[in-house]
Amino acid sequence: MAEMREPIESGCPDPWQYMHPVMRKNFGMWKYHEHPRPGVLLHVAYSGDKIWTVKAGTQRILDVFTLRKLCDIGDEFADGYVHFTIRSNIEYLVSDESKVQPLIDALEGAGFVVGGTQNSVAMISHTQGWLHCDIPGTDASGVVKSMMDELIDEFRNARMPNRVHITTSCCQINCGGQGDIAINVQHTKPPKINHDLVANVCERPSVVARCPVAAIRPAMVNGKPSLEVDERKCICCGACYPPCPPMQINDAEHSKLAIWVGGNHSNARGKPTFQKLVAAGIPNNPPRWPEATAIVKRILKAYKEGAKDWERIGEWIERIGWPRFFEEVELPFTKYHIDTWRGARASFNSSSYIRF
Amino acid sequence: MAIDKHATPMLDQLETGPWPSFISGIKRLRDQHPDARINAVTNDLLGQLEHSYETRKGYWKGGTVSVFGYGGGIIPRFSEVGKVFPSSKEFHTLRVQPPAGNHYTTAMLRQLADSWEKYGSGLVTFHGQTGNIMFIGATTENTQPFFDEINEYGWDLGGAGPCVRTAMSCVGAARCEMSCTNELKAHRLLVNNFTDDVHRPALPYKFKFKVSGCPNDCQNAIERSDFAVLGTWRDDMKVDQAEVKNYIADKGRQYYIDNVITRCPTKALSLNDDDTLNVNNRDCVRCMHCLNVMPKALHPGDDKGVTILIGGKRTLKIGDLMGTVVVPFKKLETEEDYESLVELAETIIDFWAENGLEHERCGEMIERIGLANFLEGIGIEPDPNMLSHPRQSSYIRMDGWDEAAEKWFARQAEAGR
Repeated sequence: MAEMREPIESGCPDPWQYMHPVMRKNFGMWKYHEHPRPGVLLHVAYSGDKIWTVKAGTQRILDVFTLRKLCDIGDEFADGYVHFTIRSNIEYLVSDESKVQPLIDALEGAGFVVGGTQNSVAMISHTQGWLHCDIPGTDASGVVKSMMDELIDEFRNARMPNRVHITTSCCQINCGGQGDIAINVQHTKPPKINHDLVANVCERPSVVARCPVAAIRPAMVNGKPSLEVDERKCICCGACYPPCPPMQINDAEHSKLAIWVGGNHSNARGKPTFQKLVAAGIPNNPPRWPEATAIVKRILKAYKEGAKDWERIGEWIERIGWPRFFEEVELPFTKYHIDTWRGARASFNSSSYIRF
Repeated sequence: MAIDKHATPMLDQLETGPWPSFISGIKRLRDQHPDARINAVTNDLLGQLEHSYETRKGYWKGGTVSVFGYGGGIIPRFSEVGKVFPSSKEFHTLRVQPPAGNHYTTAMLRQLADSWEKYGSGLVTFHGQTGNIMFIGATTENTQPFFDEINEYGWDLGGAGPCVRTAMSCVGAARCEMSCTNELKAHRLLVNNFTDDVHRPALPYKFKFKVSGCPNDCQNAIERSDFAVLGTWRDDMKVDQAEVKNYIADKGRQYYIDNVITRCPTKALSLNDDDTLNVNNRDCVRCMHCLNVMPKALHPGDDKGVTILIGGKRTLKIGDLMGTVVVPFKKLETEEDYESLVELAETIIDFWAENGLEHERCGEMIERIGLANFLEGIGIEPDPNMLSHPRQSSYIRMDGWDEAAEKWFARQAEAGR
């Protein structure tokens, strides 16, 4: 066997050397920005220097051909410096305004989508899904591709009252994160346990400890040490499944999709907010997930028509009230919308504030 | 040699429509890449993914794969249907830490692509939800040579498992007028101080640093990191009254009354009769809204620093938690300032490593032991900025009240207040 090499524990690289020279020169000395058109930002420094950002959406799961195509465009039409956003959009930085339009044309010509700035529907941040995750209830890239096909005009144009962050997550751990609209897997049945495998595969005490409602206890099943679930307590969250794969939570029929709204991580106008449940029981329907997309589009339509400038989805709903929201988007309100978790009381209406 | 391509009728439907298709990208690797290994890997990957679409189930299982000297940074994936799809039966992801702020040159991206196609599937994502570059799809055997190659020219693995994770920071001072701190420096000093804890998972659970240069929090730090650093300022915001007038001349007085004055969460703004803006800075909470609407006219003040919030996380296990203010304001200018920031992170991680239960995030530990105990544990005095409001429950033993009140007055006197 070859000599093993010691790793160089260099950690997080210094980006200074990879920044556009205009950004290096004006670091920390930017004065203001403008939004010349969707997908383009202009930043102006106190020195008078200017830099244009052209932002493009991609398929996120990049093959090396696509990555090199993005590099070719960056070399031929931009200055060779790029920045990736938190939602996996690529941004090209150019210090010459005359480069902006040819760069846009090159990106659009190659099939990328210029947009995603300011009050647009941003690229959906998502998880790994069936492509790579070990516990997914659905796919991620496919859901996002299907939705972005339908929402592309809202990515290309900044016509929403404020920015819209959409996220998807292929299990209830919700790696996709909080969003103005979040589309997440919601399991509806307790795990199906393969008792023959549990003792050999799972560290039983840590699986018991993982359950948020103490519904799992050790048991002897068929003469073997295993685990059993008190199905009256079980909330079908799937937390036991990653450490114990024989406790299969995913189900082709009973793992559904749920939609949550109003998550917002900015402090602007109000404190950050978590997303709230609005729809569930949506079929997990590959390859196009039309039912989920239809609800997202209904929410976006009502928001676009009803919200004031700068109101995020959550703020719009706070203003018009939840009863009207459910009316406007034609979604049922059920007992499942009433929170049962710790702190639930804080979400109940303890006032006479009722809208008619 | 032509490969026997799996039929993918469901995935094929994801090649229609205007948004770029990841399926078309994977097919390009299958059909056009000169390396037969990549053709075979991506063919079987598509086969397994089609199988998932048909059966609505995933077929990857975890395991243990790492590189020499490290215990984490790779997400191992072994296929449960590897007999049918043998070429992609090992399909691990290497998590690689991006440069702080996600700045790249095309030359770097090309160099990474060249290395990756030698050893991996040819699929890569910039970036995963934790912030890593994700090189998706390497065999166990190929993880080491790929890592060795990119490690030699400056890249290192990120975190996976119960460890300090790859950090994130916004574009910040490099290209944003709202930036109130050197995000890149804070990001790198924090995470690179814990390199050992990144590579050798030994903590109760994951620990994430995220740095946003202003309260817009573009990095989701408050909601998604255990240690959130947000740029802010404590003197008056800067107002360019001439630019305020220009904005009002452009869109009209009503627009700015409706969209700036009345949207201030603490009613700290009013419009004067001569179309200048009046700001009550004592009432301003630095929410950023008016600056966002009028970026030419309004800017952060000069006395900049950071607010630090601890304990943000998603649902598992006790429910969603936002970070809690633990340091309302901290200057971040001198080397000593940065050193004390790193020391605070060390103190918090040490305390949590000592007192956290297995699989318990820092915020969950704070929930369990109480914020007051946590503050005592890390040596920080309580401050009203840490709360939305004081306690509502009278169920507390308070026989140390006089002593605590004395401490407060002594601290106030020391601070010259």
